Amino acid sequence: MTFAASMLASVDHPPIDWHALAPELIVLGVLAIIILVDAFGGEDRKWAISSITSIGLLVAIVPVVTMAVDGAVRSMFDAAYVVDNYALLFKALFLVAGYIVVLLSTNYIAEGDYWEGEYYQLLLASILGMMIMASARDLIGIFVALETISIPAYMLAAWRKRESRSDEAGLKYYLMGVFASGVLLYGMSLLYGLTGSTRLVDIAAAVSGEAPALVIVAIVFTIVGFGFKVSAVPFHTWAPDVYEGAPTPVTAFVAVASKAAGFVALITVVLVAFPTQPEIFEPLIWALAAATMTVGNVIALRQTNMVRLLAYSGVAQAGYMLAPLAIAGHSATSAELATSAIATYLVIYMAMNLGAFGIVIAMARKTGSAELSSYGGMLNYAPALTVAMTIFVFSLAGIPFLAGWYGKLAVVLALVQPGTWFGYSMAIIVGVNSVIALGYYAKIARIMWIDPAPDGDTTRVRVPVSVASALVITAVLTVAIGVYPPLVDQFTGAESFLTLGF
Amino acid sequence: MRFELLQLAAQLQPPVEVDAAGVPVVESTGSFWNPLTYTVFLPLAGALLLLLVPKGNEALVKLGALITSLLTFGMGLYLLLEFDYSESGKQFFANIPWIEVINSRYIVGIDGISLPLLALTVFVVPLCIIYSWNHIPSPGNPKAFFVLLLVLETGMIGSFIALDLILFFVFFEVVLLPMYFLIGVWGGPDRKYASLKFFLYTLFGSALMIVAFLALYFLSDPVMVDGALIGSFDMTLLPDLAAAGVGTTAALWIFGGMFIGFGVKVPMFPFHTWLPDAHTQAPTVGSVILAAVLLKLGTYGFVRIAIPILPEAAKTWAPVIALLAVIGIIYGALCCLAQTDMKRLIAFSSVAHMGFTMLAISSLTDFGINAAIFGMVAHGLITGMLFFIAGSTKERYHTLEIARLGGMLKQAPRMGWILGLCTMASLGLPGLAGFWGEFPAILSVYQPAEGLNLAFFRTMMVIAAIGTVFAAGYLLWLYQRVAFGVPSEEFENDPEITDVQPLEWVAWLPMLVLIVVLGFLPGLLFNTTNPAVVESLAALGG
Repeated sequence: MTFAASMLASVDHPPIDWHALAPELIVLGVLAIIILVDAFGGEDRKWAISSITSIGLLVAIVPVVTMAVDGAVRSMFDAAYVVDNYALLFKALFLVAGYIVVLLSTNYIAEGDYWEGEYYQLLLASILGMMIMASARDLIGIFVALETISIPAYMLAAWRKRESRSDEAGLKYYLMGVFASGVLLYGMSLLYGLTGSTRLVDIAAAVSGEAPALVIVAIVFTIVGFGFKVSAVPFHTWAPDVYEGAPTPVTAFVAVASKAAGFVALITVVLVAFPTQPEIFEPLIWALAAATMTVGNVIALRQTNMVRLLAYSGVAQAGYMLAPLAIAGHSATSAELATSAIATYLVIYMAMNLGAFGIVIAMARKTGSAELSSYGGMLNYAPALTVAMTIFVFSLAGIPFLAGWYGKLAVVLALVQPGTWFGYSMAIIVGVNSVIALGYYAKIARIMWIDPAPDGDTTRVRVPVSVASALVITAVLTVAIGVYPPLVDQFTGAESFLTLGF
Repeated sequence: MRFELLQLAAQLQPPVEVDAAGVPVVESTGSFWNPLTYTVFLPLAGALLLLLVPKGNEALVKLGALITSLLTFGMGLYLLLEFDYSESGKQFFANIPWIEVINSRYIVGIDGISLPLLALTVFVVPLCIIYSWNHIPSPGNPKAFFVLLLVLETGMIGSFIALDLILFFVFFEVVLLPMYFLIGVWGGPDRKYASLKFFLYTLFGSALMIVAFLALYFLSDPVMVDGALIGSFDMTLLPDLAAAGVGTTAALWIFGGMFIGFGVKVPMFPFHTWLPDAHTQAPTVGSVILAAVLLKLGTYGFVRIAIPILPEAAKTWAPVIALLAVIGIIYGALCCLAQTDMKRLIAFSSVAHMGFTMLAISSLTDFGINAAIFGMVAHGLITGMLFFIAGSTKERYHTLEIARLGGMLKQAPRMGWILGLCTMASLGLPGLAGFWGEFPAILSVYQPAEGLNLAFFRTMMVIAAIGTVFAAGYLLWLYQRVAFGVPSEEFENDPEITDVQPLEWVAWLPMLVLIVVLGFLPGLLFNTTNPAVVESLAALGG
């Protein structure tokens, strides 16, 4: 004992702010508890695991809130791990998204003859990675966080292991993800080789001024690597197959939380490490964003399966969220506006998209299908679900008073602010794409409201309590934010929201 | 005794204070609990309450909807009575924070420009509900139908009272969703196509409009809010702020964005193609509201936002507006002559009539804008009535094919006479409301605002005048074919063809009375609109 104690004392460890790490530690603790419950609790205790997980996620929000009230920027490990308002907002977002995904999963996993304990363990591990991502300001931290997010997600995608589609989804996701990680790691290694540091602020200082060709390569590789994670065109091809094959709650998780984590990393790297190189990242992101929203929307128009449609709509939504980064290098104000726009959009996207997937899960219990035509006649036999889904799809389309309109407004606001043609043209592309997107969102509404039920089956849909509560939470959030946007932008619109590299 | 909660009534917009550097200082005034707030959210509150009523209880649903709309109408009457008609500024004014990060505020208020349109809205909706009492179009479901109608009312009222660009935009868009469902669910055979077309066109316009609004926000001079400089969306401040901050080229582009946004809604000539489909497929009350109120959102946008804020750009754009308006008049009239369907004919006549309104707006004079607002109200009443009659005709004859109709004056004489009155009003017969919308509109471009090309505008005037002849042509021809002659064999002894029913009288009579009253006493409306119109054109030098 004394030996161990003296060893510990002799190690020169940096000061650790336990308050700042509390959310991560709580999630880690819950993860340990559910492993033990799963291992020693016996079959009749399995039901407890999902409850423990959801309670644990809610408890982890408490320190996030106390830190937000406190308001101080906490920086650790030589500024490689920073807890500022930006990190706190995303930690809260990941925890809430995780909580809603657990609500959506409970019945699906319990009734579906799947491994229960491991499912929640992997989910928590992935959420832990996301929370670390929100604070990481160092290439190694970012990469470790990214892998902590992705590896559990690969396994979760293949969770319905007796179905070949799910196996395909898992494998495809894994191969594409690993390839993207490789590209990203190569970019990161170049950055390290050029600058001699893995800390983003050091990189920013080192790459300022005229950029040698190698810096350009490094930046492009890094952005492309994250491009896979956020399913930006042309790196989006995995998304529809993975979304369709994976269990639907996992799809919701990948489509919302994992994508948000990709955006967090992208914003952090681009705005903290490369703010002095707008000539390189702005055109690249402009092209990616324009292609992503246009291709996503146009292909979504032709989908006949709800999950695939939501997958392509998610691709298009990623395009809207990428767009503000295309002008973020113009000035410090643009960078701040762009960051808040993306953060605002991600919060809103979380609510409306999880809600839409919640409806898919609820309806699949009756119809056993996610074909668009199976939603016909819903208005007559499931009016509440119809109204909820109408709220979600028109929020995704950006119709006021549903939250999505404010996300779009924030994006267009950021794009118009610099007053350059670069920004205006992107704003108009966003506008035109919103119109295209309405084509398929209105189609969903039309099928639910106008078309008859496909086989005349109008028995009621039985919605489990947990799914119903997830739907209520997301629908209330969607409407409330839409009517009173300060609910979000008092968090995302604060000054010096992200400690920027300017 | 006045209603206690409404003591803030008729609060005038206070004069704008400026600081030492001449920057306007924005202070919150008034309260959220303003008569206008009640007016705009009453229908929404009613709609939410209706959602709680069990679907089976149709009587309660209808009653709830009617009471809600009548209460809203009562609020409208209250506003009409309390309104100070000699005042040109904004009344019932409130300005409180909403989205502070971008300084978008809950600014509401009405003046002589918005009051008539607000009154028209709260007037038409209860009539539509009464008309629908026994005629919920297939596939039924009165609960959803009335809920959507009330949400629609909130959106329309909100657009007319909002004095903040973002707030206006939000209400402008709120209108789309219920209308989409009204057409899409309760419409005619081609409803899916028509509803989507309506939705896509308008959304496309609003997408460009919002970019224009945001550009205006960033380019205009800032205001002072809580000691910090920030852009403003305040329609009452923007004329000054934009004059100082927005360059000539930028102003032209921004006006262009708004032009498309509002022009789609009006609809102006090249953007009009959604209208005939939407009108033809929409259920009767959908068509009535579309004609009576929704189209006015576009013209109102020009009068309230685009022209006062960017008067110089408006001058450059005025010839384009005038040209498209006149093309709309002639094109709409020619299309009317070619129609075989009564409802579609009325829809195309809307294109022509809104052309007159836009022509009057393009003159950029107080005379023209007054005429335009009169035209909006008159068109709302008259075309709304025509759509009511078309709906009732369809119900009796099960067709609107003009060639198959005939002899209405024999079979349903009262309805025939009402149709006659409305066609006369629509073609601009003096003594009826339509005349005061059409004749001054044509006259206004004889002397357009200073700096506009006289020869061009007078040419436009002549072509527009020829358009009125066409209008008389297609309307009289329609009336002849539908009402004169003897009923065709297939309808000769059809028991379903009855004369005007009691509920139809209740719904129609108020509109008919107004058409006649406004025809004889146009001053009622002109005196209301004039002070506000003159003020809104201050930057143009009258």
